[in-house]
Amino acid sequence: MEFGFSEDQTLLGETVRDFLQAECTPEAVRSLWDTETGRSDEFWTRFSEVGVPGLLVPEAFGGLGLDERDLILVLEETGRVGLAEPIVSIAAGVPLLVSLGQEGQTALAEQWLPAVATGEARLALGHDGSPFVADAHVADLIFMPHGDDLHALTKDAVQLTAQPANDQSQRLFSVEWTPQEATLVATGATGRRLQQEALDRGAMACAAQLLGVAQSLIDLGVDYASQRKQFGVAVGTFQAVKHRLANAKVKVEYARSVVYRAAHSVALNTSGRSVDVSMAKVAAGEAATFATKESLQVHGAIGYTYEQDLHIWMKRAWSLDLAFGSGAWHRARVADAVVDGSLPAETFGYTPVAS
Amino acid sequence: MDLSYTAKQNAFRMEARSWLEENAPGEPLRSFDTPEGFEDHREWEKKLHAGGFAMVPWPKEYGGRGADLLEWLIFEEEYYRVGAPGRVNQNGIFLLGPTIMEYGTPEQKARFLPPMASSEEVWAQGWSEPNAGSDMANIQTTALIDGDDYVINGQKTWASRGAYAHWLFGMFRTDPDSSRHNGLTFVLVPLDTPGVTVRPIEKINGKKAFAEVFLDDARVPRANRLGEEGAGWSVAMATAGFERGLMLRSPARFQNTAHRLVELYRETRDQGVFIDAGLKDTVARCWMDAEAYALNTYQTVSRLLSGGKIGAEASLNKIFWSELDITMHEAALSLLGARGELLSGAPAAGNVGEWLDGFIFALAGPIYAGTNEIQRNIIAERILGLPRK
Ligand SMILES: Cc1cc2nc3c(=O)[nH]c(=O)nc-3n(C[C@H](O)[C@H](O)[C@H](O)COP(=O)(O)OP(=O)(O)OC[C@H]3O[C@@H](n4cnc5c(N)ncnc54)[C@H](O)[C@@H]3O)c2cc1C
Repeated sequence: MEFGFSEDQTLLGETVRDFLQAECTPEAVRSLWDTETGRSDEFWTRFSEVGVPGLLVPEAFGGLGLDERDLILVLEETGRVGLAEPIVSIAAGVPLLVSLGQEGQTALAEQWLPAVATGEARLALGHDGSPFVADAHVADLIFMPHGDDLHALTKDAVQLTAQPANDQSQRLFSVEWTPQEATLVATGATGRRLQQEALDRGAMACAAQLLGVAQSLIDLGVDYASQRKQFGVAVGTFQAVKHRLANAKVKVEYARSVVYRAAHSVALNTSGRSVDVSMAKVAAGEAATFATKESLQVHGAIGYTYEQDLHIWMKRAWSLDLAFGSGAWHRARVADAVVDGSLPAETFGYTPVAS
Repeated sequence: MDLSYTAKQNAFRMEARSWLEENAPGEPLRSFDTPEGFEDHREWEKKLHAGGFAMVPWPKEYGGRGADLLEWLIFEEEYYRVGAPGRVNQNGIFLLGPTIMEYGTPEQKARFLPPMASSEEVWAQGWSEPNAGSDMANIQTTALIDGDDYVINGQKTWASRGAYAHWLFGMFRTDPDSSRHNGLTFVLVPLDTPGVTVRPIEKINGKKAFAEVFLDDARVPRANRLGEEGAGWSVAMATAGFERGLMLRSPARFQNTAHRLVELYRETRDQGVFIDAGLKDTVARCWMDAEAYALNTYQTVSRLLSGGKIGAEASLNKIFWSELDITMHEAALSLLGARGELLSGAPAAGNVGEWLDGFIFALAGPIYAGTNEIQRNIIAERILGLPRK
């Protein structure tokens, strides 16, 4: 039993943090908002040089062959800077390709995994929880569900309609496509299982990003409240201000271990995986959306302006909270599991006496 | 990160489980806030001690078994699993004990720890005074040196289990010219010392849960000082860290309550009784939060085992567990509807009275061990770095 990160894992997180803090500044985020795709191929290439998109790609395909326990701190860092590139490609798309390879789609895995590792290809993922697909416009391969079936579609097989969203960093699309034999990659129970796994992985990645977003919202609130003076003192000396930020901190810290455990459950594919992921999504989503309100309030009017950077993270909090199953959906999934026994919900450490 | 238990840890769990299943009382003991119940609980502690399970993380020589903190968590999980009694000497074993381990002389360790482990001597905690509540640095009770003794004068209050305890630990002003955090010393006081008068205070359910302690020229040997003269504040902060943080409220306690809440929900639903539509969600949230608390604790323990320290984060814990405890009991009382207000002894109460008792108990959580407002101040200033002034 060891609930912590190794030196290598911590170092990887720190390396990516340094990289992102230099590359993904608020100015960089804003300048991408004004471009047509909202995405930077150049950034993605450099991100690949650091190794991030290939983290989960097996070594045989040119990746680092790591697992979610190595990835989770990296994902948290992407949230901290408000990065909005197709993270799902890394966290859910890659493992899906690996699984498909194991299920007989070897050519598909061989074709795409090395390209994802080098940053030449990006993946997008549709799922039953949302009518839209994020980042479909920059994806080279898009996975779409059709009942239990799963299809893998290249750009030429889809028609995209952009759906502008509140979060300018978020790029959503409606995808028109026709299921065909040639695009079918998994069916029946396998297709259902892979869809489920991909959804859990996408949700886990959102939860990790939400942790980072929540912490940034608190940090911005602390910075501002320490500088802004009213009544001759910094507003951060007022308890009403302090306690708002303290409450947000409690929520983030109690979401943290839940998110890290979800990474462990996904990496080892434990029987409680889906519920563990839902708990992480709920806890991190609530921490981040709560922090939006507290941080905005302690900023006062300036926080409500387009000019102030606060809304970069507020909008990330809202959009990530909805992505890969809304907080409400995940909460209901936990409630059904815990109360009705619809999914295995395992307590950590403590085992109740069977009734 | 490896969240599986080792073979040794599993074996320890099974050993604790089988001992507890065999030895834990099947029925709840009488309340330890009554004279009879207090003795029932001491009897239980004696048995636990004889079984070698009174304080598993302590060294063997002091009545423990030299277990590490992970094994302690495992023991707690098994303890709450069988619904074993509350720890009557919790102020001693969980708070003072670790403080003595850190600050005590070898003589003090040998003198105080073994009878603490067996609950031969039960301890009360004496920080609060009528004018020193949240503002603990305003302590006014003096302990002045006279030869080999301290002569103590003043009043402590709200000492939990003070009505029946044998000893009291607390902070006293040993330098009469000092103020605030300076000039305070941590001293251990036998409650049968001449000049000490204990007056029980009833809590809102009428039970004598705490006491006022009047000290009137009470003489206590200087050898009962813990830590340096005048260094009481820093010794006391270590004790408070144990209280807010890890020791006092291990996660299994809340996981057990959350589990009983889920069971209560299912029973109520199966009886076809009206249930507020939002309660299923509330119950699930309680379960999730109890799990979050467990996960957070395991993460903290792993950090401590690899050399880390627990600091101001203890304040995050204190807020989280105290609020969760209230939410869980409120949810249970909502599920029980009209039966929720019955006292345990009422003919129609069945076994649901424990929820009301638990609710009354939980309500004090945000007040004791430093109020939650004080914890928020600590988080804001010491963790987030917001300006004090
Ligand atoms: C069940 C129970 C058991 C207890 N057991 C013990 C014990 O064994 N030993 C012991 O010594 N004490 C014990 N206490 C006492 C406890 O430690 C005090 O009640 C606590 O420290 C608060 O002090 P107070 O009650 O005087 O409240 P006050 O300090 O008077 O506070 C009143 C209100 O004002 C708020 N407040 C005060 N200062 C500030 C501030 N700076 N910022 C914001 N808000 C503030 C408080 O949060 C609270 O809401 C116990 C209390 C209870 C309820």
